[in-house]
Amino acid sequence: MSFPVLSIITFTPLVAALIILMLPANRKNETRSVALAVATFALILSAWVYFSYDQAAAGYQFIERYEWLPALGISLYFGVDGMSTPLVLLTGVVMFTGVLISWGDDDKHVMAGIQDRPREFFAFLFILAWGVFGVFVSLDLFMLFFFYEIAVFPMYLLIAIWGWAVTREYAAMKLTLYLFLGSVISLVGVLAMYFVQYQNTGVLSFDMLQMESADFSQTFQNIWYLPVFLGFAVLGGIWPFHNWSPDGHVAAPTAVSMFHAGVLMKLGAFAALRVGIMLLPEGAKYWQWLIMFFAGVAVVYGAYIAFVQTDFKYMVGFSSVSHMGLVVLGFSTLNREGLIGAGLQMFSHGVMTALFFAVVGMIYDRAHTRQIPELGGMSKIMPFATVGFIIGGLVSMGMPLFSGFVAEFPIFLGVWKEQWLVAVISSISIIITAAYILLNIRKVFFGKIPEKFEGHLTNITVLDKVAITTLCLFMVLMGLYPSFMVPMVETGVENILRLLGAL
Amino acid sequence: MFTSTLFASILPEILILIIGMLILIVEPFWKEEQRRNVGWLTAGGLLIAMVISLLFGQPGEPTATLGGMIRFDWLGFFFKMLFMFAGAATALLMMDSDRLGQRGEAYLLLLASLLGMDLMAVSSDLIMLFLAIETTSIPLYVLAGFLLADDRSTEAGFKYLLFGILTTTFMLYGFSLVFGFAGTTDLYQLAVMLRTGDLSLASVLGILALILVGIGFKVSIVPFHFWVPDVYEGSPTPIAGFLSTASKAAGFAVLIRLFFVSFPNFAPSWTIALAILAAITMTVGNLLTLPQTNIKRLLAYSSVAHAGYAMIGVVAFTQLGAASVVFYLAAYIATNLLAFGIAVAFSRVTGLEDVRDYAGMSRRNPLLALMMLSAFLSLTGMPPFGGFVAKVVVFAAGVQAGYTWLVVVGILNSVIGVYYYLNVMKYVYLYRMPNEDEENHPVPLTRPFAIALAVLTIGVILIGTVFAPWFNWSDAAALNLF
Repeated sequence: MSFPVLSIITFTPLVAALIILMLPANRKNETRSVALAVATFALILSAWVYFSYDQAAAGYQFIERYEWLPALGISLYFGVDGMSTPLVLLTGVVMFTGVLISWGDDDKHVMAGIQDRPREFFAFLFILAWGVFGVFVSLDLFMLFFFYEIAVFPMYLLIAIWGWAVTREYAAMKLTLYLFLGSVISLVGVLAMYFVQYQNTGVLSFDMLQMESADFSQTFQNIWYLPVFLGFAVLGGIWPFHNWSPDGHVAAPTAVSMFHAGVLMKLGAFAALRVGIMLLPEGAKYWQWLIMFFAGVAVVYGAYIAFVQTDFKYMVGFSSVSHMGLVVLGFSTLNREGLIGAGLQMFSHGVMTALFFAVVGMIYDRAHTRQIPELGGMSKIMPFATVGFIIGGLVSMGMPLFSGFVAEFPIFLGVWKEQWLVAVISSISIIITAAYILLNIRKVFFGKIPEKFEGHLTNITVLDKVAITTLCLFMVLMGLYPSFMVPMVETGVENILRLLGAL
Repeated sequence: MFTSTLFASILPEILILIIGMLILIVEPFWKEEQRRNVGWLTAGGLLIAMVISLLFGQPGEPTATLGGMIRFDWLGFFFKMLFMFAGAATALLMMDSDRLGQRGEAYLLLLASLLGMDLMAVSSDLIMLFLAIETTSIPLYVLAGFLLADDRSTEAGFKYLLFGILTTTFMLYGFSLVFGFAGTTDLYQLAVMLRTGDLSLASVLGILALILVGIGFKVSIVPFHFWVPDVYEGSPTPIAGFLSTASKAAGFAVLIRLFFVSFPNFAPSWTIALAILAAITMTVGNLLTLPQTNIKRLLAYSSVAHAGYAMIGVVAFTQLGAASVVFYLAAYIATNLLAFGIAVAFSRVTGLEDVRDYAGMSRRNPLLALMMLSAFLSLTGMPPFGGFVAKVVVFAAGVQAGYTWLVVVGILNSVIGVYYYLNVMKYVYLYRMPNEDEENHPVPLTRPFAIALAVLTIGVILIGTVFAPWFNWSDAAALNLF
């Protein structure tokens, strides 16, 4: 067997979390250094996986398999394809930048980063990362579910302990209950699939590649597709189950918001695709109209709600609902263009929204307010962050030469092929997005600095700049050179189309 | 008559008896302040007994020994190991409990009830079963009321006694009817009699209902759960932990054997009845947990809910179902003992039992807080802890047997569970002690606590991650029923 890179990526955060928990509580800088070192290591490994994935060969690669509970057909079965490889890279990027952002600042005026119990913070964050990596690389349905749940519970603690004092308890509990309910509902579907597979083929196994040929009947797929797909898609922020998401984003500390919007929502979307669409393709066709309707509403409604927000972070939170709506809209087309777009959008949105939340966090840590009317002139204080946010904004609006265009254009193309009306209506969101992004950039970053901020606001730290640069790099790279990711995602989409019988 | 199989089949019981006698001999010679060391003796002795039993007492093919009184099989053996593990952990938790751990007779009573539980797990005869249940219960009545100076404890002991006797009487009446109808007290022959004889369904169900009163009391399913919160709250906390784990599991051992072995022919009827009971138990247990503010009452009501989850496996009435119950109980014993152990350790230092008093605990003792997190997340059913795998397996058994509605009730209930378990963790991690600096109020652990809690935490994590051996043992145990 070759170098077990996927299990190393997956279990590195866990080992790191345990090591961090064993450090003495008062050694804050050592804790941060260990965290950063581990995050860098994970980033390098995930980049290595990304660049050494053989696009010509396609299919699942870096496969590892260890029997875990043969009696029930559970195995640690890892492998990545063209859909999940970009997400592994995304997780590496967001983990790395999240740790940088959480480093903290010794300046007493700036309450940046994590000052209170950083040991526990990084440990929980890494357990979260463990779950996320696990979901993206698992080819065993039980283990996928196992890791999925692991990614849910640290969120509660991360938000409730280090979050925004005003709403953190409410938001954390709401988020956890929503996600837990969604996941256990899909669990019932997963178990039903498991036993029906046994009835149909006599194989008792959670192996997803095997389950793809389990011959689920049309009726079975029609019944179970919705619970499975929607149960997972709750974490993807699908309308009308998106309500937890903006509250959760806003209450979470910066790094957790980045992780949450950047990676966790992809987790929901990815699991919905992997288990819902790929294992129950006939059900996906049957319910296509409903999912398309939900996603279409999410796209426009999310954008509109973002437009009317006065809280900067809520604005970003609702824009995530809108952009994740585009991902699900891409899924719902079930055709090549839409799925490629959705795959690209998952990466593009992940990087972009991580950047948004990072900048919002930097501003809030210094100005102690997120109310857009109270802010202004930030470009004079933190020019670097301003440039970063503008690049993110351009991505968000879907400007050519940035990753957003590369991702959104195929989605609309795919939707047009299925149902032109939905494409027309959901494209309204582009205009609304452009409006609120431009308006808010003007209000927050330009104009006059309010008097109360005069003189005592400080610029962002070097580490913050490194984080912003890293994130911007990917957005520009993907925009200027789409071949960086498009062929990779295309190989993954081929596989999905094969399952859908469209090839 | 006296074959090696006979000795092997009651080897754990013999060893427990030896430990008990050792305590009787040694304890009077020890000084007052040394007597807590009986706990080391008990726990160590039980561990050695487990090792010896694993080496020499493993069952092969299921056999009947002691003239058909005892069934020597994996089901009973696995349960025995679980009980002895729980007994050892409880003995450690008792050691530094005020007015409990310094007295040798407490450990002796614990061992006596352990003896009864071991016999409950293997009894294959109604008379033996009844004796075993009484052997288990009577020492527990005394232990629940052990703190004579504490009114709540006395009340708990008395309440437990009254409820216990009442329900046992019903069960005994059921047993006597069984004998009257079938003419045998052997559980395995009973199955044959019931298959060939022409007993009406109504009379069998009536008998089962009577028997269920007694077992339902042991495993605390609704509507036989009224004693649970008061008794758990009043009895010494380590004993409450023991009641909620080993005693409950012993009830399940009897439930599985009795229903699966003796009444398989009437399965469609009683599974539906039990399914309804399970649904009610989960829902009532969880809803009643919501308003609790005392940690022991909270754990008490939640343990009622857990009985409901485990019941799904019984309802499934398949091999996977039986295996899932056994697995669930293994995970649950480790988890709930850990939760109670933390409550003991915390109240030993602070004397407090309210959930609010746990505010700032993560700063007072970060390690203890992490253990508590493991216990509560495991109770919630989150990975990588034992509770997660246990729940998934139980739900899987339910889905497989076609009880999807019951599984849906189960998952909705576990969402309620998320709320109240995380609510406790909110106090531990989020809130601060009012007007105090946590640094000045540490919660130190004495050595027995540290050992017991560490072992239990590792157990909870092991069951949740390396679940293959545990499941295979549970499966082997379940295999004997079919």
